[in-house]
Order: sequence, then structure tokens, then C-alpha cells
Amino acid sequence: MSVEGEVAAADTVASEDGFELGGRRWRSRLIVGTGGFRSLEDLERALLASGAEIATVALRRIDPQAEGSLLAVIDRLGIFVLPNTAGCYTARDAVRTAQLAREAFETDWLKLEVIGDDRTLLPDAVELIAAAETLVEDGFKVLPYTNDDPVLAARLERIGCVAVMPLGSPIGSGSGIRNPYNVRLIVEQAGVPVILDAGIGTASDAALAMELGCDGVLLASAVSRAERPELMAGAMRDAVAAGRAARLAGRIPRRLHAEASSSDEGLAEL
Amino acid sequence: MKVELNGSVVELDPGASVRDAALTLATDPSGRGVAVAVDGEVVPRSEIESTPLREGQRVEVVTAIQGGAV
Repeated sequence: MSVEGEVAAADTVASEDGFELGGRRWRSRLIVGTGGFRSLEDLERALLASGAEIATVALRRIDPQAEGSLLAVIDRLGIFVLPNTAGCYTARDAVRTAQLAREAFETDWLKLEVIGDDRTLLPDAVELIAAAETLVEDGFKVLPYTNDDPVLAARLERIGCVAVMPLGSPIGSGSGIRNPYNVRLIVEQAGVPVILDAGIGTASDAALAMELGCDGVLLASAVSRAERPELMAGAMRDAVAAGRAARLAGRIPRRLHAEASSSDEGLAEL
Repeated sequence: MKVELNGSVVELDPGASVRDAALTLATDPSGRGVAVAVDGEVVPRSEIESTPLREGQRVEVVTAIQGGAV
């Protein structure tokens, strides 16, 4: 390929390498959670800078005093609303919340979260499986937030989830990807998209997720609680694109010893 | 009659519908992003107007908020 061809190919990889999720084609591999932003203005600017095409929202009792409309912001940007079941601790609650979300947004798409305890916010695998089975049966497109457990991920895929979304580290911890080996195992076996969900702290974490072979990244706090959310959102967009391109480019193996990049042949004797 | 609406007891006219209850929260329940459950059962969008409430029922009216916790 010509130099121009390679450059064009790299640009294509970085910017137009879409992926299929839930039967739809998406250009952006970055999904943004809307939690934690200091204002709707911050959220709007960050969503724009992120280039995200999907944003997650939670369902709560309506507050007649609430100012501004989250949905109005998301709809104005033409971003797809992915409701979640944040705050649910049982399969029963998650299923009910999913049904509410389906009525509220007229969508079958659902980010399924079933949390085990409020200190770690780690998923409850038993309740998660139960909820996923019920919801898939009921026609939902289920995207489950799950532990970084390859066996559990495989079970969720077999049930019929349209993606698996393993955590990098606990929600909001910003601790990055604590078990990259498990994430690799999940990616290696998965027949559905793998979205790294939770734990991203900064741009290099998002790049690493993509380098490990994830199909996308879902993050919120890393952007919403950054000092400058809009700037971090742009950094995440670039990190996901760079990590994806690096994955496709094929990294060199790690070596213990140095390997000279120029040969000794023809070395001048001085 | 009294019903429990998002955790608070409210007085509604006898025969009030799910929609009437939601309207007391300044919320049009047929608007995008709003959903209603009565006694834990989700009320389909198409039945919000026609579903009557009975004394003592629990009504939850929810909408999208920022979140959740990632």
C-alpha cells in the first residue's frame, strides 16, 4: 500500500471503524453514563466532545422541582438513550425497572445492573443471571454489567444478552482495569461485543481496554467528576480511537531484553 | 380517596385515574421518559388514562435522571 493509502487507512480505522451492537451499526465505541455531572450544561458539552452516540440514564421518582430536562439535552444531541437499572439489588427489582424503562423510552434496550452490596457496588451474579434470563425471554436487548469473570460472561452470552459488559474495577473507583488477563479471556471467547464498563479513571485506561480487544468502553465518573469534564470527554474519545487502532495494528511482543532497531551491519570502525 | 404517590399520601377524587395522580406532580405521564407503576405493576403507556385508582394503592411515577453509578 502507498504511504497515502496507509495514512488514509489509519484515519479510517481511527474515525470510521464502526461496530455492530444490538443489531445496529455505531460509529463511536464510547458510551457515556450521565451520572455525576455538576450541571446539565457540563453534561451537554461533555457528550458533544465525547462523540458518543449512546448515553445511559437511570429511572427515579419524578421530582416536580427538578430544573431542566436530561432527556431534552440527550434528544437535542440526537444521542440514543440506554436506560439502566442502577440501584437494583434483586432480579425482581431489575425486571420491574426494565419494564418501566420500556414504557418510558419505548425501547427494548437495557443496561442491566444488579448490585450485590452498597460498599463495592459489585454485581450480584446470581440475581444478574436470573434477571437476564427473564428479560431476554421478554424480548429485551440486554447489556449486562458484569464481573470480570469469563465463565459468567459466557453464561450471559448463552442466555442471549446482546453484549457483555465486564467491569475494569468497582464503579466510580477510577482504578482502571485490575485484571486485564480476565478481560482478555472474556474478549477471546465472546461472540457478542464486549464493552468495558466501570472503573475507567483516565484516558490510558480506556485505551488499554481497547488494546485488550474490547469493542467499546462505557464510562461516566472519569469524565463527569473530572476537573474539566469536556476536556476529559475529548481525551476519552481519542483514547478509545487510539486504543482501537493499536489493537488492529498489532502490538509488538514484550521482551525482557532490548532489541536494536538498526542493524550492526555496515557500522563504521572508528 | 387516599393513594400513596411516590411515597406521600395524597387525596384524589373518587374514580381518579393514574393520569390524574401523575398530573398532581405537574407531570404528563404520557410524555416521553415517564412511566408509572401501581402496586408494583407497570402500567402500559396506552392504559395510563383509562386505569382507575382505588383507595390505598401505591403509585410510582418515574422519569430519567442522570446516572447510574459508573
